[in-house]
Amino acid sequence: MEVKVLGPGCAKCKKAYQVVEKVIKDNNLDVTLTKVDDLMEMMSYNILSTPAIVVDGEVKIKGRVPSENEVKELLGL
Amino acid sequence: MIQRFADWLVYGILGLDAGTSLGVAVNFFVYDTVKIILLLFSISFVMGIINAYFPIERLRRYLTTHKLYGLDYFMAALFGGITPFCSCSSVPLFIGFVKGGIPLGVTLTFLIASPLVSEIAIAMFLGTFGVKATLIYVVSGTVLSMVAGYILGKMRLEPYLSDWVKQAQQQSNARSEQWEAEKTPFWKRLPIITRESWGIVRGVLVYILIGIGIGATMHGFVPEGFFEQSLSADQWWSVPLAVVLAAPMYANAAGIVPIVEVFVAKGIPLGTAIAFMMSVIGLSIPEATMLKKVMTWRLIGIFFGVVTLLIIISGYLFNWML
Repeated sequence: MEVKVLGPGCAKCKKAYQVVEKVIKDNNLDVTLTKVDDLMEMMSYNILSTPAIVVDGEVKIKGRVPSENEVKELLGL
Repeated sequence: MIQRFADWLVYGILGLDAGTSLGVAVNFFVYDTVKIILLLFSISFVMGIINAYFPIERLRRYLTTHKLYGLDYFMAALFGGITPFCSCSSVPLFIGFVKGGIPLGVTLTFLIASPLVSEIAIAMFLGTFGVKATLIYVVSGTVLSMVAGYILGKMRLEPYLSDWVKQAQQQSNARSEQWEAEKTPFWKRLPIITRESWGIVRGVLVYILIGIGIGATMHGFVPEGFFEQSLSADQWWSVPLAVVLAAPMYANAAGIVPIVEVFVAKGIPLGTAIAFMMSVIGLSIPEATMLKKVMTWRLIGIFFGVVTLLIIISGYLFNWML
């Protein structure tokens, strides 16, 4: 599975990345997590608000920091 | 009710004497903090519900598919105020709007309204200055964003966008942007909205505390009428001075309003104070650097210049009206 956290680096974006990172670590998941701060790449996902979380190429959450439970659900736990 | 809670906590539990200035100050601090937190939470919650039904993607779709004859400026200003704003969202939002074929002026209206009219500032205003001042602030913030966007739109500034944004604009294709509704039922989203609202409160709590703290201290130490000589209404230059001083300052509305309240209590006209606050929260250097990614310095300069000018004009208007 491939997860991307999109965000130019504000506090909310960092927080979103930490939440996803924690869930992956806690559950020993085989997930490639990347932080995307390049605007061109970010815009190719057609988002209007950050942070956004992309799972396998599909935008799942945008404009807010998800809870751990939400992320677990997204990752199929 | 909040007053009773503050009395109970400060005089009852903490055992401070209601007759001492310390007791009064702490009581004031507790009362203001609780009141503003409750207001902020409720306002964020209501805005969260509106956002759940009418997210920004839907607004964009609406704006790209309808001919609105100027009403689009109003919609952009209104939703700019409702949408929770994080300065780093301004860039994706800007590009997304421009790509969707929305006129530059309308996009800029959204960009101005978004930090200028915010749930945090509304809650702080309601809590400190009451309904009338809050209405003046919200209405003028909305109108100001519309006028600024309209003027900027008329100035034909497209050549001053960054090259890659120009490309995106040329490739704009309104129909490719399908808006997909979130399929989660409403009752399932309520906990998320609640958590979000609480997140907003928690995020600015420390600024609220610092702001009210400084405000309470200044109440005690800054003599009445202290600012009257320097920033009173009679001096024509007081409004531009307040606005220009505030522009490079970057503070959260949560921290700035309690301080502005002291200014007002100590003799600065409310209009000058509102203009000062608008300038602090509406214009900031971090936002300018963010916008550098999509605009040339020249466009940023024009953008900030027009907004500054309009804030100054509204400052005069408030002083004259109030």
